[in-house]
Amino acid sequence: MSDRLRAVLSEPEAGRFGPEADLIRATVRSFVATEILPHVDRWEEAGTFPRELYPRAGDVGILGVGYPEDVGGTPTGLWGQIATWEEMARCTSGGIAASLGSHHIALPPIVAHGTPEQQARFVSPVLAGDRIAALAITEPGAGSDVANLMTRAVRDGDHYLIDGSKTFITSGVRADQITVAVRTGGPGHDGISLLVVEADVDGFTRSGPMAKMGWWPSDTATLYFDRVRVPVANRVGPENAGFRIIMENFQMERLQLAVSGYVTAETAIVEAWRYATDRTVFGRPVAGFQANRHRFVDLVAETTAAKEFTYRAAEGIERGEDRTTEISLAKLLATAAAEHATYAAVQLFGGAGYLRGNVAERLYRDARILAIGGGTSEIMREIVAKRIL
Amino acid sequence: MKIAVCAKQIPDPATPYELDPEHHWIVRPDDQILDDTDRYGVEIGLQLAEASEGSVTLFSMSPAGNLQGIRQALAMGADKAVIVSDPALKGSDALVTAKVLARAIQQEGFDLVIAGTESTDGSAGVLPQQLSELLEVPALTFAKAVEHDGDTIRIHRQTPDGYDEVEATLPAVLTVTAGVVEPRYPTFKGIMQAKQKPVEQLTAADLGFDATEVGAAGSAQYVRSVTPVPARQAGEIVEDDGEAYRKILEVLEQAKVV
Ligand SMILES: Cc1cc2nc3c(=O)[nH]c(=O)nc-3n(C[C@H](O)[C@H](O)[C@H](O)COP(=O)(O)OP(=O)(O)OC[C@H]3O[C@@H](n4cnc5c(N)ncnc54)[C@H](O)[C@@H]3O)c2cc1C
Ligand SMILES: Cc1cc2nc3c(=O)[nH]c(=O)nc-3n(C[C@H](O)[C@H](O)[C@H](O)COP(=O)(O)OP(=O)(O)OC[C@H]3O[C@@H](n4cnc5c(N)ncnc54)[C@H](O)[C@@H]3O)c2cc1C
Repeated sequence: MSDRLRAVLSEPEAGRFGPEADLIRATVRSFVATEILPHVDRWEEAGTFPRELYPRAGDVGILGVGYPEDVGGTPTGLWGQIATWEEMARCTSGGIAASLGSHHIALPPIVAHGTPEQQARFVSPVLAGDRIAALAITEPGAGSDVANLMTRAVRDGDHYLIDGSKTFITSGVRADQITVAVRTGGPGHDGISLLVVEADVDGFTRSGPMAKMGWWPSDTATLYFDRVRVPVANRVGPENAGFRIIMENFQMERLQLAVSGYVTAETAIVEAWRYATDRTVFGRPVAGFQANRHRFVDLVAETTAAKEFTYRAAEGIERGEDRTTEISLAKLLATAAAEHATYAAVQLFGGAGYLRGNVAERLYRDARILAIGGGTSEIMREIVAKRIL
Repeated sequence: MKIAVCAKQIPDPATPYELDPEHHWIVRPDDQILDDTDRYGVEIGLQLAEASEGSVTLFSMSPAGNLQGIRQALAMGADKAVIVSDPALKGSDALVTAKVLARAIQQEGFDLVIAGTESTDGSAGVLPQQLSELLEVPALTFAKAVEHDGDTIRIHRQTPDGYDEVEATLPAVLTVTAGVVEPRYPTFKGIMQAKQKPVEQLTAADLGFDATEVGAAGSAQYVRSVTPVPARQAGEIVEDDGEAYRKILEVLEQAKVV
């Protein structure tokens, strides 16, 4: 009966997403089934995947989902985006999905605040899959506390000179362009600007891929800026107005992480159920014990609630409303659901769940970043506390 | 080249079919999908159209529902769709369906009609041949490879042992087997553009049929009774005492597999 449970968890209610988003979902499913799933285990072990996957995803429209037509995207509306993120997350490799999606945090500031020249140079080629884009905010000395970042950009005629470093940057190793948060003014959030740095400039160097607990195929890097000259024309938005743009950008990133959260949970539950119905202990399938059946129902309850709550936030966003509170709560709930479900999945697989190459083992490791990246769960609580208490 | 592609909307085969108890007709829900078989026809149609700067028009007879199956084919790249949808068509057999589709296709004009060899839900496997008769053009069937050159269409016709090379001049009807090509999945652009593409909805009367000619009234064929597929018998279990391979070989030999 694993099909029934799969349908409950991963088939949207009829009419919920609308006809276009349903077709988009079908296309991404086919893409994941033919272009990713057959290779996932190999790419996970290799800690990387072929760069050609970017243009392939670009051709189909996956990279450009939700972006305006004039920058090479397909304006599908938020439900088309969520359908795409959900199905990409079902590739069972958080690292591949994160890498292919790193532009979703790097480009929106350019789309919303950039000039047409910046959009032509830095958005269209990325959506086509010809260039890779990353976002660099976190520094060795400042993560959650974005307003305290130290990387400096000093004005020098038509250029800025950047000095400093960034770390834990997704797609940092392969990125052709990086949207970098720098300090152009005084201390605190009023002194921050965003600059697009092209990776081939003098003075820019980077580490190799950082070894991580999960997200193995994702190329995370530390970036070093040593008197890197960047034209003022590469600044996105006004000088010293970067903090607000970064905070606005976090909203969609957190919504995506919430989606990754409940999809990771759903995948873990379905995989665990498949195993539990097949594996016999004490003359009965693992799934035959009431303790386990109830555990499955609890996981389904938590995951479905997180998903529905995320949809509620999305409905508000579609109506143009500020949903910062709901998005923060959704990320908190959905990433916790991912942790609980992946923990349970490993447990239900028994020893097999602890072995490398087992999908539950991978989901368990991959899930852990979701409550940290894009703002930690503690930061989500801080945001909500400030807004509702 | 003006290409007509038959595109049948069917209930999702992943969900159990419901038959209405009186006539044993498939109950067709609002949500129908494009018959997987027809994705191959659409793909071949698109390839031939791209090579000849032609166009692809979809033809379908079914309750329109939410048109999701048709949208799927439009999203792949077809230019427009003609769908014949009419309560009067309820109960039509394959021949009546062929008559209706033939008239719609004729009205639109065509150089080539492409259909599947056999639909997934009805499986009659006769409709394209009926179309060719009604349209008075040759039928090239079971194509596993298609080549088009000016007025000529050449195919490899699948046979049990290999293939025949078959050739005809246009106009013609062509049926393609599943698996001939890898159907493209609709791109996001295609999906959004499909919304703008024309979908013409016709009734039986629009095509000049009166109610007695179509539907159950116009059909010679009807379903007398329906019997459920017998439950699958349990397989034979061979206990291995070291000699089980002999028994298995015997079974395989009997089945003429080895
Ligand atoms: C795989 C991976 C990919 C990443 N990708 C990117 C990327 O592409 N771009 C980018 O810019 N960054 C990226 N990051 C960085 C990520 O966003 C940060 O790690 C995260 O925001 C936390 O910052 P930090 O690591 O500096 O932790 P810290 O801020 O040092 O936090 C340490 C601990 O203190 C807690 N804490 C902080 N503030 C409070 C508070 N007010 N109250 C209570 N507790 C608090 C935190 O929740 C955490 O538990 C990535 C990280 C990883 C691991
Ligand atoms: C008893 C009975 C009742 C029926 N009731 C209804 C009804 O209520 N409403 C109704 O709309 N139809 C009805 N039909 C028609 C039926 O659904 C089929 O369309 C028709 O019988 C063709 O049979 P098939 O699908 O087995 O064709 P096949 O010969 O197996 O089909 C071969 C190919 O022809 C094309 N094709 C077949 N049918 C269609 C179609 N409808 N539209 C576009 N392309 C097509 C496809 O490319 C298909 O792959 C009924 C048929 C029968 C026998």
